[in-house]
Amino acid sequence: MIVSSALIIWKGLMCITGSESPVVVVLSESMEPGFQRGDILFLQMSKDPIRTGEIVVFNIQGRDIPIVHRVIEVHEQRQSGEVRILTKGDNNDVDDRMLYAQGQFWLKQEHIMGRAVGFLPYVGWATIIMTEKPIIKYILIGALGLLVITSKD
Amino acid sequence: MARDSGIWQNSFIFISVDFNFSLRPKIKRQQLQQRQGTKTGKKKKMHSFGYRANALLTFAVTILALMCAIASLSDNLNTPSPSAQIEILNINWFQKQPHGNDEVSLTLNITADLQSLFTWNTKQLFIFVAAEYETPKNALNQVSLWDAIIPAKEFAKFSIHTSNKYRFIDQGHNLRGKEFNLTLHWHVMPKTGKMFANKIVMSGYHLPEDYR
Repeated sequence: MIVSSALIIWKGLMCITGSESPVVVVLSESMEPGFQRGDILFLQMSKDPIRTGEIVVFNIQGRDIPIVHRVIEVHEQRQSGEVRILTKGDNNDVDDRMLYAQGQFWLKQEHIMGRAVGFLPYVGWATIIMTEKPIIKYILIGALGLLVITSKD
Repeated sequence: MARDSGIWQNSFIFISVDFNFSLRPKIKRQQLQQRQGTKTGKKKKMHSFGYRANALLTFAVTILALMCAIASLSDNLNTPSPSAQIEILNINWFQKQPHGNDEVSLTLNITADLQSLFTWNTKQLFIFVAAEYETPKNALNQVSLWDAIIPAKEFAKFSIHTSNKYRFIDQGHNLRGKEFNLTLHWHVMPKTGKMFANKIVMSGYHLPEDYR
């Protein structure tokens, strides 16, 4: 019951927000005290250009986990309409240039996966626990499997 | 589970009734069938513990999600009336970097009253001051100069004297004599739900014509 409704909500969110991963879990403390580890963020991606202050989620080449930080600089080129973006975590002292790939000084609109528009505290802890201690994930899946086999529905 | 044991009970009853059928005379078959009917067909089923726990958990999560949504919606009832002023007290220095980009350092006096933005569902207010200007190459440049986190309503009315926290560097050397806007942005970060953002734009600021 709970698993199937969670799946429906996930897929529905993917359609509504137009983003490939509409919900992300905050993994680091770089946005404290606003976002703590274990909170989940709802993302939305629209064609509007990114502006300063927006909290964006982006991927760096060579890193698999997405980063959630705030935009602090935007330079929009007149000719091409292309934007160059610089980000920084609220709790970090320096901007994110150190995190970008070698030789990359700016982010572009295509690197951004989505903007954070909403937030729920604590809900993401289940995902963090399952990622950091995979044994719990296996136990859960095993238990669910057992339930499916033994139930007489 | 109760359902499991029920099936075993049923089969046991079937076996015993079968046995009775072969031994008892036909007259009592109707009575036996009636008894069979109440014992097997209309047996009252109790939900198992697992089923009840599952239903309870789903219900609890749904109610919690609903409460979070209502809390977020209540933020819309708030009509804020913030005010702000920014004054440039001093241009500390204005230079061209070795790489060719202009950089300027300013001292600002920022006065604001953002108390009306706080609701019961507000965790903190993230505010920042950005300089906005345009250049021949870029249609828009936004550079964040200073930011702060306001954790509670008491701190939302303030006046601060500060130099720019982040470096004001141009992409190029276009800043001489440049006219720019200073915007105070705020992001309302809720305890749960939708985040709001808005800004006040103050225009009419100039940078000096020459490097200092």
